[in-house]
Amino acid sequence: MPVVDGVRIAAGSQGARQFSQTMTMPAPNPPPSRRQFLGNGFRGAFLFLLGSVTTLLARRSRNQKTVWQIDPLKCVMCNNCATQCVLQPSAVKCVQVYAMCGYCKLCTGYFEPEPNRLTTAAENQVCPTGAIKRRALEDPYYEYSIDEALCIGCAKCVKGCVMFGNGSFFLQVRHDRCVNCNECSIALVCPGQAFMRVPSDEPYRLRERGQA
Amino acid sequence: MSVSRVLPLQAGPRAAGLVQRLSLGILLFVMTALLSGSAFAVERFPPPDFDPGYKMPVPTMPAPRAIYLEYLDVAVLLAALSLSVYLVLRKRSRSWILGLMLFSLAYFGFWRKGCVCAIGSIQDVMLALFDNGYAVPLTVVAFFLLPLVFTLFFGRTFCAAVCPIGAIQDVMLVRPIKVRPWLEHALGIVPFFYLGAAVLFAATGSGFIICQYDPFVSFFRRSGSVNMLAIGAGFLLVGLIVGRPYCRFLCPYGALLRVVSRFSKWNVTLTPEDCIKCQLCDVACPFGAIREPGPALPEGKPAAPSGTGIEEGNAGPSIKKQASAKAMIGWGVLTVLLMVSCGWLGARSSGFLSYENRTVALAERVAAEAAGKAFVSADTVVPSTVRLSASEQREENLRLASQAFRQTGQPVDELYAAARVARNRFKVGGWLLGAFVGLVIGIKLISLSILPDRTIYEPDRANCVACGRCYTHCPREQVRVKRMQRGKTNPAIPA
Repeated sequence: MPVVDGVRIAAGSQGARQFSQTMTMPAPNPPPSRRQFLGNGFRGAFLFLLGSVTTLLARRSRNQKTVWQIDPLKCVMCNNCATQCVLQPSAVKCVQVYAMCGYCKLCTGYFEPEPNRLTTAAENQVCPTGAIKRRALEDPYYEYSIDEALCIGCAKCVKGCVMFGNGSFFLQVRHDRCVNCNECSIALVCPGQAFMRVPSDEPYRLRERGQA
Repeated sequence: MSVSRVLPLQAGPRAAGLVQRLSLGILLFVMTALLSGSAFAVERFPPPDFDPGYKMPVPTMPAPRAIYLEYLDVAVLLAALSLSVYLVLRKRSRSWILGLMLFSLAYFGFWRKGCVCAIGSIQDVMLALFDNGYAVPLTVVAFFLLPLVFTLFFGRTFCAAVCPIGAIQDVMLVRPIKVRPWLEHALGIVPFFYLGAAVLFAATGSGFIICQYDPFVSFFRRSGSVNMLAIGAGFLLVGLIVGRPYCRFLCPYGALLRVVSRFSKWNVTLTPEDCIKCQLCDVACPFGAIREPGPALPEGKPAAPSGTGIEEGNAGPSIKKQASAKAMIGWGVLTVLLMVSCGWLGARSSGFLSYENRTVALAERVAAEAAGKAFVSADTVVPSTVRLSASEQREENLRLASQAFRQTGQPVDELYAAARVARNRFKVGGWLLGAFVGLVIGIKLISLSILPDRTIYEPDRANCVACGRCYTHCPREQVRVKRMQRGKTNPAIPA
């Protein structure tokens, strides 16, 4: 049998015909039947294992989709939301519920504990990124709103508001940003164990007036 | 912090009303605190009654991702897997495989931001198996299951063109170098250790380390900690010259697929015809997945004629196989010894590992505080401006956690009992993990001691990721393709 070299064979030549004969021969290395048997056995056993695991999990699994959320009443305002989220900046942001806000002129969520002056200068603000916007309404009231693009979820304002104010500032997982990790990396370290899974059709836990 | 520190700043006539409001608030606060016993959620400053002209804003509440989009992910996964099988085993085209790879990188990687993925789903499944309270979403189970089933029948076609982590490394590969065999073998068992550790941490509910230390997900999200971005960049840089370093030397799902792929019904075959031993496939493979023929036949035997010598070629190695039967018993004993000693080491280190579990860590902290070994404080000791290191942050978290625990009023004994359960789980898990590590090392040694009984160059079923590079390099494959093309245009030529 001539040495078959794909480059040198001309179409229709004797070499090509011989080559085609070798090509139509059965596979050169028929697997031993023992290997085949073992393979089939393993495949069968593995499929059975996977099937039983799936059945077990399917019985436990939930039909309703859930997402992560923070219980504001359990939040200890520890700054982990700012640092531990897989996203930078974090998917957790401060939320302002205006209906609860006292519209105070001296907002303890907005101003440093000992501000030089009650102005919007950065050194007077508790927010490290200047994400809280202050707008004068009728005297002496001011409206405070969160610029979410700037908020990093550090909870400094929340601490000020909850300690001395109405608690209208609080942290929430923002679902336009959250990637909904199955194991939330903030939840894993949250000292107050404030993270929980909630149904996706009620994805927020807002504080309400008079909530104890 | 006290209110008095805030109050003196209210000097000046404009702030007088505010001082009144504050003092009133404090009075109200004290009264309601006395009445209700709750320090929080008290309306100290009732919202003012505004003019009707003022429209009070309402907080926005963006909705989470809809559930049908998650079913879409599963459908895309299924379609991509099927297409990958067709491209790898039927079409046998590197460029088409590359195309599908780029699609997967775009969809599962950059669009879905690397989540959900099959690699991480191991942990979900494990946690769900060991923790009754954790209900795993069915879509995650599908992501765990489908690639395994496909691999069971078609080899690692998931790695070939569906996994975004494989894809990002594959497209970054510029000038592959061969990794020395001893290093390849040594690093090749690391994924099994990683898999074992990930299962231990997931099953004990202590964290998902695969997701935490995923080097590429920060690129997919274009966001992440500096450390992980640096590690990811390191992997990509190494990946310029070493083919798929994560897949080969770290990926825990790859470890599972390697085992399953060994038993796959169909897999990548290099030479549809007989191999001419040109070794070009070996040159083409950047992942060291081509296995060379076993040692040459003993002297005196007739050289095997081309195309028919395979049966005779089996004679040599099978003789050696019988001779090594005694050695196999030795290897078996060694494996058992390895399993026991590694298991013992694992159990010894389980106490240390269990600190990763939050219940254990909290219980230790509470116990330390009760014993007077840890500082108990009611309020922040760390000024908010100080940036904490990782270990300081951990310490601070524990302090806050024990503070929060005391506020819940849960009995300490319950916490201790839960911690003891977790510790025991870690102890058993440590034994199992160690034994598993020993088993993996033993099997590796045994497999290295067995002489291969192959007579041609062929892809290693376990290590081949079906990237399709060797197809274009094999001269016999090119002949086959050419003949097929000719056969289509000119039926006179025998196919």
